[in-house]
Amino acid sequence: MPRPGFVQEVDRSTPPQLFWRGENFSLEKLPADRSRVIYAPEPHDPIKDIDGAIRHALLNPIDSDPLPELLFPGMKLTIAFDDVSLPLPKMTRPDIRQRVIEAVLDLAADAGVDDVHIIAALALHRRMTEDELRHALGDRVYDAFAPHGTLYQHDAEDPDNLAFLGATPEGEEVEINKRAAESDLLVYVNINLVAMDGGWKSTATGLASYRSLRHHHNPQTLLHSNSLMDQHRSELHKSNWRMGKIMRDNGPKIFQIETTLNNDSFPEPFGFLGKREWEWNARDRATFVASSKALNRTPSSIARKIFHSIEAPHQMTSIQAGEVEAVHKITTENVYKQQIVEVQGQTDILTMGIPYICPYNVNSIMNPILVMCTALGYFFNMYRGKPLVREGGVIIMTHPTPWEFNSVHHPSYIDFFEQVLSETTDGVRMHKEYEKKFAEDDWYRHLYRTGNAYHGVHPFYMWYWGTHAMHHCGRIIIVGGDVRAVRRLGFTPASTLNDALEIASDVVGRTPTITHMRVPPLMIADVK
Amino acid sequence: MNSKDLAKKGTLKVLARTGDAVEFAARPAIRRVRKLGFPYRAPTVPKGIVIEPKEDRLGANFETGWARTPVARGFRRVFLAGPVTAAVRVIASPRVYGVDRLSDLARLEEPIPVIFCPNHHSHLDTPLMATVIPQPWRNKVVTAAAADYFFNTRTKGALAALSLNAIPIDREATGRKSAEQIRNLIDTGWSLVIYPEGGRSPDGWGQEWKGGAAYIASRTQTPLIPVFIDGTGSIFGKGAKKLRPGRTRIVFGAPIWPEEDENIRTLGSRLQKAVELLADEVSTDYWDSRLRRKEKATPKLTGPEYNGWRRQWLLSEMRQTGDTGLRRRQKRRWPDIG
Repeated sequence: MPRPGFVQEVDRSTPPQLFWRGENFSLEKLPADRSRVIYAPEPHDPIKDIDGAIRHALLNPIDSDPLPELLFPGMKLTIAFDDVSLPLPKMTRPDIRQRVIEAVLDLAADAGVDDVHIIAALALHRRMTEDELRHALGDRVYDAFAPHGTLYQHDAEDPDNLAFLGATPEGEEVEINKRAAESDLLVYVNINLVAMDGGWKSTATGLASYRSLRHHHNPQTLLHSNSLMDQHRSELHKSNWRMGKIMRDNGPKIFQIETTLNNDSFPEPFGFLGKREWEWNARDRATFVASSKALNRTPSSIARKIFHSIEAPHQMTSIQAGEVEAVHKITTENVYKQQIVEVQGQTDILTMGIPYICPYNVNSIMNPILVMCTALGYFFNMYRGKPLVREGGVIIMTHPTPWEFNSVHHPSYIDFFEQVLSETTDGVRMHKEYEKKFAEDDWYRHLYRTGNAYHGVHPFYMWYWGTHAMHHCGRIIIVGGDVRAVRRLGFTPASTLNDALEIASDVVGRTPTITHMRVPPLMIADVK
Repeated sequence: MNSKDLAKKGTLKVLARTGDAVEFAARPAIRRVRKLGFPYRAPTVPKGIVIEPKEDRLGANFETGWARTPVARGFRRVFLAGPVTAAVRVIASPRVYGVDRLSDLARLEEPIPVIFCPNHHSHLDTPLMATVIPQPWRNKVVTAAAADYFFNTRTKGALAALSLNAIPIDREATGRKSAEQIRNLIDTGWSLVIYPEGGRSPDGWGQEWKGGAAYIASRTQTPLIPVFIDGTGSIFGKGAKKLRPGRTRIVFGAPIWPEEDENIRTLGSRLQKAVELLADEVSTDYWDSRLRRKEKATPKLTGPEYNGWRRQWLLSEMRQTGDTGLRRRQKRRWPDIG
């Protein structure tokens, strides 16, 4: 029976806590008697008969006819799936998307459906490589569809292949992939790693154009999403749901398939990264010492390759299929079941170790903008109720924050960092003054459409993602980061955790309360 | 007759003469040994004495328990991982597909035994399987080998048992001894490789599948793993005199669990269809094979109903559709001008 998540009060006998530092980690001692550590719940047991559960979900959907009844000869069937940003780290083969899509294809073949397209729902993310597609879909699906041009990736900048479905009463335009819009049935295969994923966000974001996305990926919406993981308090969620209504009225019939995974994030010998420190055995301790010492001497490019080759053992804990909203309601409950940790009260200082990966740097470099987005956009938002850190409090994160970018994946990030961040760190101002230029830049558009680059506007979205946290906190400190890069972000650099606590005392006093989020594995703090 | 043929004829003559000479030289020695008689030769049996027939220790009765002792297992592990794997790579260049379909079973804390059921074209199939079976089964798998072929002499039987962990099985009907032995092995966690066709293909097409694998699976409630092996027939098929290195593909299918009260014939038929689907999948693609299954048009492994040259003709046509099974061709010498 997996143990639930819990909050450990730090006393003198508490061992030091693990802090991620990009492609490395360290142990840090937090002050006794005023610090606490939040540990995620242990991984829930996966479903034993995964293929059986998938088939059961397709044949017994929620608020929808069974999938075989929706399939008929001569129909246009489109299967869309979440891109490389999910799950994190990538899961061991077979990926859950492969299993679900194979099950859908089996039923489609039995129904005599000939016209099937499979589309990676990228939104403005980079195109996936062949290896990444093969990993997500498996060789069987890839080999059967890619050579015929019926497995491809959504292009949010292809005017000929976008369909306008209408606008919401708030003026939000809904424009999605034309093939998906004109299909008799759109099957969306989703992985819900965090509560924000899934629902109408799958189609209204994943298959949308820039024209459509800009209505909810902006500072106003994200400032009023408190938090992104809490549907009832998220403006992003509400905007997607409004768009969903337009899609329901004017778009294709959608059969939504949502899956949840447990938070079993690290395989052996890195299993200790998910364990509580006092439960590390001799082998775990030896592995920690050996790996952290070795990583200190390993060039970052090699360390990055090692970490990005990790395949997580996480497995499916639930699958729901059918009508989008009904399905998503159950999915969100299942995500909460795995991730929720009850926490009493807010804290003055929130500490977090930033790992080597976030949704936007799979097989790539975690550049300074992504460090900010991971900490302030994701980890800060992993709460329900109130933020973990009080208003005016301090966030301390550990990451080397190198002034380093992947020019293939993140070309517009480089210019954003040089040109925009050197002028302003205010999301509202950059939205007004700079966003359009980047979003409509022909070169970025070309790289997005033909290479493996994120869309020109993507670094802005990353910045907006963190605006709520920036407004909420009194100071943000990065420990061990490149000083110039940290200052460019508008944050305060510190060389050690003790220095950071000393610097924070200017804002929160000499005896602040400290809370450390021990992520990953992912968790959501339910702050009372 | 050209000079090459003449040279060949000359070589044969020399060989024949040498053979005659050796026989001539050995003849007196053979006569002398025959004259020596008992105890140098086996005793004759006096009339009226009936000798109790010795328990037959060959064939299905061949004892192979020693081949599963830790020492023999250790030897086999090294032998398979080293020379056998290297040889298989050189001779058969295997490409393996579908291992992901076994991931659920592989992930279990205590892996359960399974029964791998490949089609059978060549003696090469067994070493090939021994090197491509995924973990956690690879080091704990026995191979059902024809009792009348591999265990008809002590030397052959010992070699088969030691090197490939073969156990004898009656081809025609699953005898009681064979069945009990297999059940005991499965109960103790050993997986099994069994060729449901009962022997190698005589002509390149598959043979009718026998019910042994389904019977064992049904009795032991063990999942059957359909496996399709493609290409070994061209490398070293039945009747081949020498190896012709080429490429092979091995496709693993999803586990087939015996259903409660399922007829053995039905289970066997499910297994055979699963392997046929794998064959179709690997020769075309996943989606086309599913569409053909829906049309009940999945090609049979046993080939077309008609006999004669057309069967062989179709087989060669099929081989030309893919690279598998074909020998590595030499580089084209002449440009293709269409």
